[in-house]
Amino acid sequence: MNNIFGIIFIFVGLAFDFFGCLGLVRLPDVYNRLQASTKCVTLGTCSIMFGVFLMLGFTPAGIKSLLCIIFLILTAPVSAHAIARGAHRSGVKLWKGSVVDRYAEDKEGKE
Amino acid sequence: MRSRIILFILGLFVWFLLSWPPDLQHLLVGVLVAGFVAFMTGDMFVQRPQLFTHIKRYFWFAYYLPLFIWECIKANIDVAYRVSHPDVPIHPGIVKVKTTLKSETGLTFLANSITLTPGTLSVDVDQDGGFLYIHWIDVKDKDIEIATKIVVERFEKILRRIFE
Repeated sequence: MNNIFGIIFIFVGLAFDFFGCLGLVRLPDVYNRLQASTKCVTLGTCSIMFGVFLMLGFTPAGIKSLLCIIFLILTAPVSAHAIARGAHRSGVKLWKGSVVDRYAEDKEGKE
Repeated sequence: MRSRIILFILGLFVWFLLSWPPDLQHLLVGVLVAGFVAFMTGDMFVQRPQLFTHIKRYFWFAYYLPLFIWECIKANIDVAYRVSHPDVPIHPGIVKVKTTLKSETGLTFLANSITLTPGTLSVDVDQDGGFLYIHWIDVKDKDIEIATKIVVERFEKILRRIFE
């Protein structure tokens, strides 16, 4: 029974990872690509790890996959945040169809 | 001192999970290493250790987790829809929102939650003014007040009860 649920979770995770990679190709600029890759790849990979945990149970490998979920959820948004901030500070422009950029407006006001 | 004890217990716990199943050899190494790490860096780990004794905060955290996971799943379906649609329906932009959270842990959790929820990614935090800069994949309103209401408020109320 746990095997079936584990395989379902792994397949859902693979589907979300696929959409994340598709977003990396299709979306126009750094920030939009970060959105797709951070959200989809985080939950997709967590789902795969949870599937592994369901299949293996409380064995050493299963417990390690649970720990990986916690570390991934804590670190993935932080790294996305750092990349987005670094990109904006080093002058990467937003996509030409962007509506508003309050961050650039505020930075100009300060300088 | 309390901060060091909390770091020691947490480090030992993670070490046990990593070296499952527990036995005497791992226990000895774990106590030594966790003790050394807690002695060297423990005073930086928690700023206000007295908050760890408030039982109510754990219940609010338990309430926050399922809400967060639900928003996370919604975010994924949202991104999957936008990416697989032939026209790629996005109106991106960076908006500014206000927050009343002051503590560093609270702000970190708020920024992380915003990153993993539908259509938003935190770009920068201005701790003194209490502002967050959010990249929004589908900008509904440029105004600070309305954007704050849509993006921040559903998490802010709960996070204030956990971390402030």
